[in-house]
Amino acid sequence: MLSAQSFGGPGKMKEYHYTGAVENRFSPYAFNGGTVLAVAGEDFAIVASDTRLSEGYSIHSRDSPKCYKLTDTTVIGCSGFHGDCLTLTKIIDARLKMYKHSNNKTMTSGAIAAMLSTILYGRRFFPYYVYNIIGGLDEEGKGAVYSFDPVGSYQRDTYKAGGSASAMLQPLLDNQIGFKNMEGVQHVPLTQEKAVQLVKDVFISAAERDVYTGDALRICIVTKEGINEQTIPLRKD
Amino acid sequence: MALQDLCNFGDMFQEPGYLEESPIQFGFPFASSESVPLPFPMGHGTTTLAFLFQGGVLAAADTRSSCSGLVACPAAQKILPIHSHLVGTTSGTSADCALWKRILSRELRLYQLRHGRRLSTGGAAKLLSHMLHPFKGTELCVAATLCGWDGGELDDGCRDDHKGSEADDSERRDTTETPKADVETTAGAPGEKVSLSKTQSSSCTKRQCSRRKISFSGPGLFYVCSDGTRLEGKLFSVGSGSPYAYSILDQGVRWGLTVEEATSIAREAVYRATHRDAYSGNFVDIYHVTPNGWTRRTREDLKEEYYREKERVKTRGKQRETSREKKSKHRGVFWRDKLASSEQILN
Repeated sequence: MLSAQSFGGPGKMKEYHYTGAVENRFSPYAFNGGTVLAVAGEDFAIVASDTRLSEGYSIHSRDSPKCYKLTDTTVIGCSGFHGDCLTLTKIIDARLKMYKHSNNKTMTSGAIAAMLSTILYGRRFFPYYVYNIIGGLDEEGKGAVYSFDPVGSYQRDTYKAGGSASAMLQPLLDNQIGFKNMEGVQHVPLTQEKAVQLVKDVFISAAERDVYTGDALRICIVTKEGINEQTIPLRKD
Repeated sequence: MALQDLCNFGDMFQEPGYLEESPIQFGFPFASSESVPLPFPMGHGTTTLAFLFQGGVLAAADTRSSCSGLVACPAAQKILPIHSHLVGTTSGTSADCALWKRILSRELRLYQLRHGRRLSTGGAAKLLSHMLHPFKGTELCVAATLCGWDGGELDDGCRDDHKGSEADDSERRDTTETPKADVETTAGAPGEKVSLSKTQSSSCTKRQCSRRKISFSGPGLFYVCSDGTRLEGKLFSVGSGSPYAYSILDQGVRWGLTVEEATSIAREAVYRATHRDAYSGNFVDIYHVTPNGWTRRTREDLKEEYYREKERVKTRGKQRETSREKKSKHRGVFWRDKLASSEQILN
């Protein structure tokens, strides 16, 4: 793990100029890039992520997807620091098993979201550097998306982008899915085909402009029939 | 120094011992003695306000959750209901506020089950303040105002006595009807004046001897901060947009406002603050706490309000221009043209 000093914050490299005396401290965090996106529809939910794992100027892997299947109706997307992503998903899996064994039923998406909030807050003073988005079906079978910040603040949304390209993607989603900032448009409900096509287009745009996003796109479509996965290639440069 | 030795202050500040102790009761891990520099920014910046008036307590807040320059969420909820008669506005780090409000709801519910009555707003504020105390000095940031209505309890058969006369000692009321009905008659229709009344509660029906307790029934407003502040007041505004909100509120808030007037002042205050403060914006939420509980107004988009205001200013300018035109007919052409051109610039 490189020290935080070489980075000017998440996803920004400092210039190689002489800046005076510099303290090189060990930082327990690293930024591994990646973008995650989730969209909720009437009876489906889509969780998509790119598969690039990078650090600084290097790419560690081109095939490291950031969507993890939790239950038959819930998928989580985690981006940020890969080490914390792995540990967090292991902890969530363990807690899901414990719940299943003591309550004899699978956790619902809303319950997983509430549990994740307390898990993240439990590390309030040494947080998990992970941006989470949960996508799934709620008890009524409607699509649900829950977005989190690294310390556990969460809320239910219709769509959310997280990770390195989130600032670029979120306004695009606001416009295309939320019909915001447009005059005189008809609010058509989102169909599954249109949503999948939109997600592909949006990631292609993100790969153009964000260096940490690219290589391939993994889409998980959650419906009551189950979870369907697709992989689409993106720019590799 | 002599006083220091007497009071044993000397060794208190030398080691941050409290930082190494773990506040284990909430299941938190050991707070590390040197805090880890975070690679990401946390959510801050808001406008929230709350004030008392004759119709209860009104709380209002914007809905923008910002993270050092990026709007993380344009539709966050900053006013969280804690129980049926208590609502809390939140400011500071959103995760801290959300979790601590949850913890507070749990503790208040436990209190209610153990003691058979709801904890008052002041008591809830004290509880929150004491729960946050072990984290003083850490980067926890919570600044909340608790707005609630105390009194009118169901479980131990307290009665609302409007006339203020003493209840009989031996009288025991086996109430199945809710004493809220008494409070309702005092409250009357919204917009009428409600007087603070004393409630005298008789004991639980299980006990043989009656226990008389006098407590106040009425609105309560407290400000609690993670640095240890706990203040009671009639009007509070918290957040980066609070100076702008205070200017509107100090102008218009009085005890005798009707519910509609109070709502419009609160809305105006949040609107002005969101206009000038970069970290506040988007929508405005308004909650109203009465003896019957809290009610919520539908969320309103302030962007529409901004455009409406522009229209109003334009029409007002036009009206002024036409009235000036009429007046200046008697004056020379030179003056009329000068006024018209200055109106153009103002509009």
